[in-house]
Amino acid sequence: MSDLDQAQQRLLALHEAAQPSDGGDAVATLRREARAAFAEQGLPTTRMEEWRYTNLAPLARLDLAEPAQEPVDCPPPDVPAHVQFANGVRSEGAAALPAGVSIDGLGDGADLGQLAPAKEHPFVALNTAFLLDAARVRVEAGAQVDEPVRLDFATVGEVPRLCQPRVLLQAAPRSRATVVIDLRSATEQGGFLRNAVIETHVEDDAELRVVLLERSHPEDVVVTHFASRQGRNARLETHTVTLGGRLVRNDLSAVLAGEGAECRLLGLFLAAGDDVIDNHTLVDHAVPHGRSDELYKGVLAENGRGVFRGRVLVRPDAQKTDASQSNPNLLLHDGAEIDTKPQLEIHADDVRCSHGSAIGRLDPEALYYLRARGIDEPDARRLLTEGFAAEILAGLPVADLGESLGEHLRERLGALGS
Amino acid sequence: MTALLEIRDLHAKAGDAEILQGIDLTIQPGEVHAIMGPNGSGKSTLAGVLSGRPSFEVTQGTVRYDGRDLLELEIEERAREGIFLAFQYPVEIPGITNNYFLKAALNAHRKHKGLEEFDAMDFMTLVREKMKIVEMPKDLMGRSINEGFSGGEKKRNEVLQMLLLEPRLAIMDETDSGLDIDALRVVATGANHLRGPERGMLVITHYQRLLDYIQPDFVHVLSEGKIVRSGGKELAHELEAKGYGWLEVEPPAEGAPA
Ligand SMILES: Nc1ncnc2c1ncn2[C@@H]1O[C@H](COP(=O)(O)OP(=O)(O)OP(=O)(O)O)[C@@H](O)[C@H]1O
Ligand SMILES: [Mg+2]
Repeated sequence: MSDLDQAQQRLLALHEAAQPSDGGDAVATLRREARAAFAEQGLPTTRMEEWRYTNLAPLARLDLAEPAQEPVDCPPPDVPAHVQFANGVRSEGAAALPAGVSIDGLGDGADLGQLAPAKEHPFVALNTAFLLDAARVRVEAGAQVDEPVRLDFATVGEVPRLCQPRVLLQAAPRSRATVVIDLRSATEQGGFLRNAVIETHVEDDAELRVVLLERSHPEDVVVTHFASRQGRNARLETHTVTLGGRLVRNDLSAVLAGEGAECRLLGLFLAAGDDVIDNHTLVDHAVPHGRSDELYKGVLAENGRGVFRGRVLVRPDAQKTDASQSNPNLLLHDGAEIDTKPQLEIHADDVRCSHGSAIGRLDPEALYYLRARGIDEPDARRLLTEGFAAEILAGLPVADLGESLGEHLRERLGALGS
Repeated sequence: MTALLEIRDLHAKAGDAEILQGIDLTIQPGEVHAIMGPNGSGKSTLAGVLSGRPSFEVTQGTVRYDGRDLLELEIEERAREGIFLAFQYPVEIPGITNNYFLKAALNAHRKHKGLEEFDAMDFMTLVREKMKIVEMPKDLMGRSINEGFSGGEKKRNEVLQMLLLEPRLAIMDETDSGLDIDALRVVATGANHLRGPERGMLVITHYQRLLDYIQPDFVHVLSEGKIVRSGGKELAHELEAKGYGWLEVEPPAEGAPA
């Protein structure tokens, strides 16, 4: 049996031990089917096209305890959240919700799995098999919500566990809102497996901005599956910021299902130490007059490795599509690495599509300029790297986040070898 | 008295190109020296070597700054010890605000001098005062360093930095090129602000016009990596009138300062 097969068996044994059982019959069915789907699919190997660049070996080395069932103490987030989960279990003390927004738990589970079917994705199956709770966020039709809705998912404690956030975002027609999903490690202990599934519906004429923060322990293994579907003239903006992690895989897909839908996918990732950060994105233009715009910036330091695979699919009907994609990367050290590959599949003829990826180093001229003003070389390097990242951080729709992440990044960069 | 800068027989190359071919130049505290010379004669190379630009290699000669071996110091050490180069082509750096950059630079200097670092308030007070001198629009502070600045704005920004950092040896590399009359006056005002008995200045220019405002003590002409003529400020007028060709016809006067 391979290491990954053994890891799969261990996860199934955890499932056996946890015996998740709350919720109605519908949820029980969902879980049972998902468990079967996970048992059947197994953990992906590098022989699968979608996982070619990312070996799950670090996952196989994790020694995981079963998911928590009871609430645990957790250091609070910087800014109070509207719903808080620690090790996957909801905790008390959440802030009051802004008008026009509701957050429910699992419910009858009927609306889960529509965009992220367990049968097609082993990690979605794993998440669904253990379903205990969820954050189902609904923005009412026409609601204009200025205050960002904050969801906090922390991993805590001294025992590394399986921890599986589950989120459903529904932006009803003509609504406008911003949601921050903070997936953070709040413990010195690494070795957790965090496997999050986020399904997002942006209905006709709605506008939703989602900030996805991944602040993991350098020993954590992290998988995040984000799937969205947009209606007519719906607008989605995602900001995915990934600062480290032993192995991070983000799968983000946006289906533009209604005419005139528009999405912007922005990302920033920093892989240092032995981090591996893999961003897979898919923009699916299914109907005419869609617009998509994607910018992912990677910073690769020390022996960090990054993967970017951006697929843009323009289906035969999707005339007048306007799609652009770009993935500039900054390599700070010789040991760092990035595999970047845009993938355009265009089946319509009247479209505008552009893409580009780049791998660069710090500009020596800029470095000289800063040093010539008395700034130490390590500081100058850090400053230039911050400058590279600024485009994404400055564009975050929540100002306090830009600042706190900027500081977080500064600290991380300050701790890098030269 | 220890010379502020003492260059002896300086040779430098970039790649295989030998650019500086034996420069001798001494600047005493309080003196302003101008360097003129045709395009490609090595003026920026000299400035680059003094500030530590990595692409140049010194192959021969010495440079002493305030009695110390300058060539041993790292770029940032030279800067913190008081050498400032106003770049001929200031570098555009996206993503870092000018404000953040100038504060970092100033605090690096203060830390080096054992002074307390400036907080945002102290810094703003100081920078506002200096911005007035160079008539710099406020919004340039919040923008990325030099990014999208006009030619004149870039040069003002160089002078602003110079005023903030108060160098002992200011090297201005064609800070006047491409400036309109008003900007030229502003740059000269900035330079004159800095003038003092302890400080020295090396002003590289193609035009005697700037020198009318700054009034150098000495003018040197660089050609093919050597100083071929030195004199007082009248030399600048002579060059303006007669062009560089004139130098080849008339040999340098005996005993001109090197
Ligand atoms: N990195 C380099 N590699 C090769 N040659 C170089 C390099 N830098 C400068 N040079 C050459 O050295 C010579 C002197 O250049 P420098 O920039 O010092 O001239 P300058 O006197 O400042 O000219 P200008 O008046 O046009 O600014 C030029 O011929 C230039 O092409
Ligand atoms: Mg020059």
